[in-house]
Amino acid sequence: MWKWLHPYANPEVSYHLTNKLLPWFSGLAAVFLTIGLVWALLFAPADYQQGDSFRIFYVHVPAASLSMGIYFAMAIAAFSSLVWQLKLADASAAAIAPVGAAFTAIALITGAAWGKPMWGTWWIWDARLTSELILLFLYLGVIALHNAFEDKNLAGKAAGILTLVGVINIPIIKYSVDWWNTLHQGSTVSKLGKPSMSLDMLWPFIFSFIGFSFLVGVIICLRFRNEILARNSIRPWVRELVKNKAC
Amino acid sequence: MTLKANAEQATKHSVTKHTTIKSSSTESLSAESVIMGKVSIEHISLESSTLKSTTLESHTQSSPQLSYRHAFMLVLKRDLTIAMRHKDDIINPLLFFVIVVTLFPLGIGPEAQTLSRIAPGIIWVAALLATLLSLDRLFKSDHLDGSLEQMLLSPHPIFILVLAKIFAHWLITGLPLILIAPLLAVLLHLDERSYTALLLTLLLGTPVLSLLGAVGVALTVGIKKGGVLLSLLVLPLYIPVLIFATSAIDTAALGLPYSGQLAIIAALFFGSLTLAPFAVGAALKVSTN
Repeated sequence: MWKWLHPYANPEVSYHLTNKLLPWFSGLAAVFLTIGLVWALLFAPADYQQGDSFRIFYVHVPAASLSMGIYFAMAIAAFSSLVWQLKLADASAAAIAPVGAAFTAIALITGAAWGKPMWGTWWIWDARLTSELILLFLYLGVIALHNAFEDKNLAGKAAGILTLVGVINIPIIKYSVDWWNTLHQGSTVSKLGKPSMSLDMLWPFIFSFIGFSFLVGVIICLRFRNEILARNSIRPWVRELVKNKAC
Repeated sequence: MTLKANAEQATKHSVTKHTTIKSSSTESLSAESVIMGKVSIEHISLESSTLKSTTLESHTQSSPQLSYRHAFMLVLKRDLTIAMRHKDDIINPLLFFVIVVTLFPLGIGPEAQTLSRIAPGIIWVAALLATLLSLDRLFKSDHLDGSLEQMLLSPHPIFILVLAKIFAHWLITGLPLILIAPLLAVLLHLDERSYTALLLTLLLGTPVLSLLGAVGVALTVGIKKGGVLLSLLVLPLYIPVLIFATSAIDTAALGLPYSGQLAIIAALFFGSLTLAPFAVGAALKVSTN
């Protein structure tokens, strides 16, 4: 596996890899998102309790679970950058962080929009909402630390350490918040339990989930490519590329 | 810089000897170890001569190799001495703690019932903020005068040195906080049954704050305006301690057992005690570059 992965430590090779991946990712994202969201918003049956407002679930849940997944992706990148000193892993972590923050924000906003008709308020200190909010803070901390250093390499390393500290803390924070919530919140607010979904509700969800995952792939590829070019702007192959594009 | 070069030369030297001896015979293994020992002694004396405190030098002269315990004690002593000569650093966070806590009754109202309900939260949040304020001095001045870099260059594991610095920081800021907390609890009409819980949670929790905070400071020590950034990095990590500590105090006020919460805070303490110094060491290496 190492032999196969090895060439991608070279910026030029990874740049061309993203070039190859991008059309696939964007095509698949477009197909899955169109099918999934059109199906979900127009054809899936309305929930018997929540009516049409449950349809935001098709955006909210993928965003929420991806926000957590993206943090782990960033942590893996940070780990490989710290252990194997891969500069490109730094670049990918830097590319991933704002995407994760954006998806966390989407999950929070859609969650609030869902909460208004369901719970009657924009915000309640629900365990999942709260831990999502804290996740957003962690993302913002990583991004802020990244921006605070002028030297990109140092920034990557520092942000990587913070990411790893965060990834150890995420489960602790999540469970402590869950526990805090069950302790402090009475039974007045009944949490939305996960209803067992019927199949014609589940399928559009699977489609939109896959679609959003590919969308994340597309955005990260684009940002990663940008990072590679920005960090290697002195290299001859980048200059060559720019010349060819300019013609 | 010359020191770095010297140390590098010394290690290179030892490496070359090492290889030649190894290839010749196994008998000379003892010779090899002697040489290695000598090199490391040189290394240490080089180090200690540049460290500011004179006590360090006398110690290295008396014993050729500093034990881990010795190294720990020396760094601890040095940090405590420095703190004792800048008493503002001890008193100011404490004053901040007291003033923040006094602001709450003024903002919320003097009703004893409300105050006793929110007292655990107020005391703990104020303790978080006071710790945050005092964190800056953990590495900043050492970074500015270069002694931090010397410590990183020393042959001792960073883990020990960092642990000593963090322990000193806790003695300087955490301990006074714990001592003054009961007084503030009186001001806030905290339930009488909660006092032990308050003290115990502070005793177990404030070291966690120092340990986790040290990671944040180590990451931001090289940045000019690291203060605000530090709070952004560190405060989310403090949330579990806050949750379990306040809940333990609340539970104690109801007269229920709170050993579960204490056990979790203790787990957090030991977890961060074993893991945080590694993260701090790595972060310091990045920051001092």
